[in-house]
Amino acid sequence: MEILVCVKRVPDTEENEICLNGAGNDIECEDLVYSVNEWDNYAVEEAIQIVDRVGGSVTVVTVGDEDAEEVLRREMAMGAEKGILATDDAFEGSDGKGLATILKGVAEKGNYDLIMTGAQADDGAAQVGGMLAALMDLPYASLVNLIEVVDDKKLKVGREIEGGNQEMSEIELPCVLSIQTGINEPRYVGIRGIRKVASVEIPAMGAGDLGVDAGAVGAAGAIVKRADYFVPEMGEGAEMIEGSTEEIVEKLVEILKAKGGIK
Amino acid sequence: MAQIFAYISYKDGVADDAALELATVAKKIDAGADVNAIVVGSGVDAVCNEMAASYKEVWKIDKDTVAYPNAEIIRGMLVNALPKDAIVLMAHDTFSMDLGPGLSIKMDSPYVPDVVGIDGVDGSTLKTVRQEFGGQVSTHVNCDIASGAVITVRPGSFEADESKSAGGSVVDKTADAGDVSVKRTFLEVVEAEAGDVDITKSDVLVSIGRGIEEEENIEVAQELADAMGAVVSCSRPIVDAKWLEKSRQVGTSGQTVKPNVYMAMGISGSFQHLGGIKGGFIIAVNKNPKAPIFQVADIGVVADILEVMPALTEKIQEG
Ligand SMILES: Cc1cc2nc3c(=O)[nH]c(=O)nc-3n(C[C@H](O)[C@H](O)[C@H](O)COP(=O)(O)OP(=O)(O)OC[C@H]3O[C@@H](n4cnc5c(N)ncnc54)[C@H](O)[C@@H]3O)c2cc1C
Ligand SMILES: Nc1ncnc2c1ncn2[C@@H]1O[C@H](COP(=O)(O)O)[C@@H](O)[C@H]1O
Repeated sequence: MEILVCVKRVPDTEENEICLNGAGNDIECEDLVYSVNEWDNYAVEEAIQIVDRVGGSVTVVTVGDEDAEEVLRREMAMGAEKGILATDDAFEGSDGKGLATILKGVAEKGNYDLIMTGAQADDGAAQVGGMLAALMDLPYASLVNLIEVVDDKKLKVGREIEGGNQEMSEIELPCVLSIQTGINEPRYVGIRGIRKVASVEIPAMGAGDLGVDAGAVGAAGAIVKRADYFVPEMGEGAEMIEGSTEEIVEKLVEILKAKGGIK
Repeated sequence: MAQIFAYISYKDGVADDAALELATVAKKIDAGADVNAIVVGSGVDAVCNEMAASYKEVWKIDKDTVAYPNAEIIRGMLVNALPKDAIVLMAHDTFSMDLGPGLSIKMDSPYVPDVVGIDGVDGSTLKTVRQEFGGQVSTHVNCDIASGAVITVRPGSFEADESKSAGGSVVDKTADAGDVSVKRTFLEVVEAEAGDVDITKSDVLVSIGRGIEEEENIEVAQELADAMGAVVSCSRPIVDAKWLEKSRQVGTSGQTVKPNVYMAMGISGSFQHLGGIKGGFIIAVNKNPKAPIFQVADIGVVADILEVMPALTEKIQEG
């Protein structure tokens, strides 16, 4: 099975607080630590496991600037065979549809049986996978937390729905799936693994290479536009307890007793 | 302005809570609009009649093939039945995440997902409020809705419109929806497994999130829970890591809990997590003073849970 997995480089919210810049209209990017979008790691792991079972190869692609190459190497260290960096000044400022249009260009350069994305990324849009499928006229399932290869024409997939219930379906190949966390346990990659793939050639492809109309993507083609970032006025908010650990704990015991939190 | 349609999801013949929240959103987009609803399924008369109190026209698509809401089929039906420039509103949930992005492409209209606020309309530019990075920052997102739009709305972000004064009627659009064949076939729904503890039955929960850092530290939370007479629950990443079983997960894709006291320990407060907490006194401990959980908690402490939890356990044991 030939599998394409779309991965995105995002600020790592475990490593940093997201802060606004001095003007208060954009996020402060200076000291941010970046990593691969959490959901995408699960997608790559799943792709590798499928290929281990039925053969084939895994290609990872990202749309971004040259800094985004590092996430491709990380996923290649996990076991993806090939990487593609879709990069072009014209891609900057793309909205969801723009990204899906670029990824369609990438997908059509290959011959993939299965295309995977993460369920969502840092902006919580959860849109690129579904848009890509619709643009390519392929069947789609989102929030997938189980994949069984039935034969070379179809998969059995589980979608995670409300309450943790699972919606089972059969889906024809080729198709697009967005992957939910928890579907597997992504393998650990150490510095060593990344070093091993440090010199692997990663082709960079621009609008021309991909047959993408530069005017339809990027800021020029975006129809949904983020105007600014801001931190909303906090409502009432929590009553904050301060002090030494001893003082905090004393106060907490008092509150817990009053609220029936200690039996 | 284009016609607005609220897509109504329902369970067991009763519309979801979000159904009336969408009516509020519609009025914020166009105060003067006659807002319509669309209901798709098999045997949906009861839901349609219920919605006619709140929507001007209720478009009904009633067909066996969508007895289970297969988003791929419903997408095709909506494209066939809706006017090209329709503004479609849906609750942001696992169904609209499946349907919405593709629908926007097929209707050739902008997609604005997970909206938490509407800041008005300027000409034909809709101004919305969204959140990013798990609620750490907000954004204004604008788009031109003159040729339609697909907008999903975070459940619970808008008041329900309880006026029920639309005096609407049900219109059967099944014929317009046509026959749609797709390459994804629904098989069955597998219910989540019950675990060895039922967190929904506990009055007091010590709930841990990614801030617990390591599997070994779960013991620290368990000791605190034991001292308090509470039960340990958790956020999703703890279950994804297989440190606790799925039945202990609080949130939209886990359990819905209603304890007297909820201790959120190292939990950031994403909306999917908060969606599973339906009341109770919330005490949050988090080392990030800007964690969104502090906006909803009653009591907040900026501290390391790995210091606070053992100290608290000790204090309680002292009596
Ligand atoms: C369709 C869908 C459904 C979902 N369903 C659910 C669901 O049902 N339940 C759920 O929980 N999530 C769910 N999620 C995931 C959700 O979006 C968040 O990713 C998740 O809730 C984050 O969990 P968290 O708060 O534990 O982790 P994080 O967001 O990583 O937060 C960890 C917090 O711990 C703090 N911290 C770190 N170390 C310490 C320390 N030593 N002391 C004190 N504080 C510390 C950090 O400051 C941070 O605020 C769902 C997502 C999707 C897409
Ligand atoms: N710049 C990008 N490059 C490659 N894939 C992306 C990019 N942005 C989003 N995706 C994919 O789309 C998924 C959903 O992202 P989003 O729709 O932005 O929430 C991600 O998990 C990725 O798989």
